[in-house]
Order: sequence, then C-alpha cells, then structure tokens
Amino acid sequence: MNTADQYVKAIYLLQQVENGPASTGALADRLDVSPASANEMIGKLESRGLAEHEKYKGVSLTDEGIIQARDALQTYCIIERFLANVLSVSEFRAEARELEPVIDDLVAERLDTIIDREDDCPDCFDPETDACCHLKIGAESTETEQRAD
Amino acid sequence: MPVSVGHRVTSDHQLARLLQIGIVLEEVVEARSYHHYQSLDDAPALDSEIESLLEHAAAESARHRKRLEELVDELDAESVPFEEIETLVEAQYGSTEPEDFDDILYDQLCNEETAYKFYDDLIGALRASDATFGIDRDRLIDVLVEIREEEAEGVEEVTKLMNNR
Repeated sequence: MNTADQYVKAIYLLQQVENGPASTGALADRLDVSPASANEMIGKLESRGLAEHEKYKGVSLTDEGIIQARDALQTYCIIERFLANVLSVSEFRAEARELEPVIDDLVAERLDTIIDREDDCPDCFDPETDACCHLKIGAESTETEQRAD
Repeated sequence: MPVSVGHRVTSDHQLARLLQIGIVLEEVVEARSYHHYQSLDDAPALDSEIESLLEHAAAESARHRKRLEELVDELDAESVPFEEIETLVEAQYGSTEPEDFDDILYDQLCNEETAYKFYDDLIGALRASDATFGIDRDRLIDVLVEIREEEAEGVEEVTKLMNNR
C-alpha cells in the first residue's frame, strides 16, 4: 500500500473517531511521522482532490478520497484477517501495520481468495479496536493488550 | 496507534513473515493451478497448451515454495503447511471457479503478475534497508531475484498464449 493510501485510510478512521475533521497532530501521531511531513502530504492529497484542509479545524476527505480510503481499508482488512486467521498471528494488528507498506493491493487481492471476508467490509472495521469486528481473535487480543498496558 | 510509513524490511521477524506470505502465494498458485487443471478434464476438448502451462505453473510454484521454506527455516520461523492452504483454496474456489479457458488463463496471469509484484517489492524493501538479517543478505536477494525472473517469464508465457488464442 503506498503512502498516500496509508494517509487517506488514517484520515478516514480519525474522522470516524473524532466525528469531524482529523487534526494534523492526531494524523501525525497515528502515522508516527512529524507534523511537517503530515502537512506536506495533506497538501499533496489536496492537490489530487482527495482531501480538504481547513485551518484550525483539520483535514477531511472528499468523496473521491473516501472511495480511495475505503479501498485501502479493505486491503488492510485482508492483511489483518490473513495474519489472524491463516497465519494465527496473535499480534496481528502490530504486524499488519508493519507489513502494510510492503504489501501491494494486487498481493492483497490474491490473499483475499483464501479469506472469507464479510460482505460489509470495510464497514466491519472498528477504528477503536483497530480491527475487523468479525475477527473473534480481535476481542481476545484487545483484552490482552489492555491488560498488558 | 502509530503505523509505519515506509517501505523497508527491518527485522528477521518481519522478513520471515514476508517470506511466509510468499510461500502462501505460491501455495495459492499451486492449488488453483491444480484445480484449473482438474477442470480441464471435464472440458469437451482438452487444450494441451493450457494443460502443459498449468502443469508447469504448479511444478514451478512448488519449487519456489521449497526455496522460500529453506530461507524461513534459517530464520527459525515456521511455514504454513500446503495442505492447510489447499483446504482454504478449496473452500473459496467454488465462488471464483473459472467458466472457460480464457478465465483460467486470466487467473493464471493474475497469479504470475501478483507473484512478480510481490518479489519485486520485497527485493526493493530489502535493498532499501541496511538491517542485518539472520541469513546472508546477498544470497537472500539472489534467490528472490531468480524467483522473480521466473515469474516474469511466466507472465510472458501466459500473455503469449492469450494473444495466440
């Protein structure tokens, strides 16, 4: 997944959590980049017609940006489901984030041929737990992570 | 929760995971080729060119899988048994079953292109990283480059066959 896709996906999820525009600071935190890098990329997304930035409010996706973000989220869901269900990785969230930049959409599509994804994907993705809500392992792993905190 | 924006492989663990994904991709190709091959038996006129292409694809994937498994072994990680992937492919195959020879060739083209893209990205991510791995980096990249070249040849073969039809 390319960098722009990772950004639109992150903005999409933050907008859901914040129920409004995503702040640049929250976006930079989520992507573990500097606010300057986040601002630079937001500018690029704006010029591609994928996002709109309003001073002091934050960034929102355009309709086109939302379509691209939902596609990227589906790809991410495939990676998470593949790790959790096929490779039985308990730390599938952390690993999906690590693998996301190296896994191309084409590859995810092929992995999708062995994954039983639900029809509501990507609405199945819960930004709070950072996982597909149909993943049984998701709930267990969240509890473990919370206990570990 | 932060995600990593970048295109690098930085640890043995991440490398082993990516190689495991490569193994699964090869297993998917192998299992789907086998299924396609079986479906040719039911076809009214057996197409010998497609038959030999699928046979070759399945054998090549098995070879690639073994080479990747050897690398994963050296990293002290486990690979997913082929039988497990075959069962998953079987479970999903019904909904994506090809209807004719063109569908089979198209699916095969996707297989080869995807594998090529995967190895190409992995090689790029390895070259972009200065991390030291539990296996010799040059040998690792050499193996992946060889496999990638065979995938490129595969794309060419399928494309040629598609153009001739």
